[in-house]
Amino acid sequence: MLDVARVRKDFPILDRIVNGRPLVYLDSAATSQKPQCVIDSITDYYSRYNSNIHRGIHSLGEEATAAYEGVREKVCNFIKATSAREVIFTRNTTEAVNLVASTYGRQHILAGDEILLTPLEHHSNLIPWQTLAKERDAKLVYCDVTEDGKVDVESVKRLINSRTRIVAVTLTSNVLGTIVPVAEICTIAHASGAVVFVDGAQAVPHLPVSVQDLQCDFLAFSMHKMLGPTGVGILWGKAEILEEMPPQMYGGNMINSVWRDRVILNQVPWRFEAGTPNIADVIASGVALDYLQALGMNNVRAHEKQLSQYALAQFSKIPGIKLYGPSTVEDRAGVFSFNLSGVHPHDVGQIVNEEGIAIRVGHHCCQPLMRDLDISGTARASFYVYTTEEEIDLLIGALDKARKVLGHVACR
Amino acid sequence: MSLADELYRETILDHYHNPRNQGVLEGPSILSVEGVNPLCGDELILYLDVKDGKVEGISIKSRGCSINTASSSMMTEAVKGLPVERVEELIDAFKNMMLKGEQTAVPEEFEDLEALQGVKKYPVRIKCALLPWNTLIEALHSAASGETAKAISTE
Repeated sequence: MLDVARVRKDFPILDRIVNGRPLVYLDSAATSQKPQCVIDSITDYYSRYNSNIHRGIHSLGEEATAAYEGVREKVCNFIKATSAREVIFTRNTTEAVNLVASTYGRQHILAGDEILLTPLEHHSNLIPWQTLAKERDAKLVYCDVTEDGKVDVESVKRLINSRTRIVAVTLTSNVLGTIVPVAEICTIAHASGAVVFVDGAQAVPHLPVSVQDLQCDFLAFSMHKMLGPTGVGILWGKAEILEEMPPQMYGGNMINSVWRDRVILNQVPWRFEAGTPNIADVIASGVALDYLQALGMNNVRAHEKQLSQYALAQFSKIPGIKLYGPSTVEDRAGVFSFNLSGVHPHDVGQIVNEEGIAIRVGHHCCQPLMRDLDISGTARASFYVYTTEEEIDLLIGALDKARKVLGHVACR
Repeated sequence: MSLADELYRETILDHYHNPRNQGVLEGPSILSVEGVNPLCGDELILYLDVKDGKVEGISIKSRGCSINTASSSMMTEAVKGLPVERVEELIDAFKNMMLKGEQTAVPEEFEDLEALQGVKKYPVRIKCALLPWNTLIEALHSAASGETAKAISTE
């Protein structure tokens, strides 16, 4: 198990006082906090070996290139991929989805083809596919979700057919916390010849994820949700698929040779990394991966499972609370969306903020799911390696206050 | 000052729990305009009946937060029955009060609306308070040009 007290010492921001109270940060699903070692590595890069990469032969350039490419290896190990060539650096998960939709998607989606999604998808794993489908006169198909927010795998089986080209699915819902049985979905999709794009933004930071176990074709996630800096996303794709994909951007670094009238493109993955990348933050992302590896992803998952068990028990004691998502910790991550009867989520967020507690409120970039649930939004508390049961208690106390301030019987 | 003194004043909570002029207006002269706050996903539909240059009827169907609901409720109470020109003056006065911090010359129609001044200290919430007003501006434009349905956003 994690030594959370020790972990917390590594995160300087946790010493902050907000509105007169020690910060209780329960918004890690939006972005995680950063340990000192990650923060230091950015300063270290800029003060010791700042240089552009893949060009020139001076020492600084070599050091920076080695550090940057070394992170590709670390990502490869982290997600149990077979080759670092399959790892592409993007700005974020959103850019990774757009990259695949605008290259692989445009190559393979024709009129009448189908793209299968779950109703749990974040806007970033929905709108690129929706736009592609419109552009190609293809069809977007949504599988079913059960009452407690689990993906109905039978509906996936029923809906996948010979016209299904792409299945885009989240591994963990950023609203309901549902862990989706992606491996099973991959087996079904592959049997029909469809490829599977996995949005791992909420999963890779919190669970051991192996692309070999999942057998997916693409996996995308963002480093800022897993202790790294903002501005670095990862797209992993199977080498044989990446080899056939055209680049989404052209420019420096992605070429082998250029003539006045033609170009020979660079190899995968550099073909997809035009221009000077976010070198400092990629290097700092490597430090974040090391930090998580040292904690052990099994331990991270065990810690969050324990917190989730505690949260489920505590939340259920609050009168008038509606908790969304699976009720068993095996099926869910440490992301809890809820509503208090008669209190709008915006007001919940405002009142708990007065106690120094940071939670997210709103539609969480999942408006279609909000419409399915017939709500305008939820309040959401999300956990990570530094979260404690005491912090959950503080949230529960603040929710009681929110109920008292506003939760008088709503007369509408 | 506590949050309850600044933001969640009694008047606001009263309008939140018992919003006036809530629901759908129907009829051939009614126009409807949708207002959206993309930040939080709050949506409302404003129904407006303008006859002979006067706001004859107004209602709002929404599922907003306390500030949004109270502002909607107070606004409908304030503008109902007034000539369009006066309504436009009130909209300006309210927006000035919320955005520029002008406290002078609060129109007499405002009554409860003054309670919303506390929202100014919470910049994120100002949009919640403004959404019904911005939607009303669109609705008045639509009424003037003879349109019947439109969607607006506070972004």
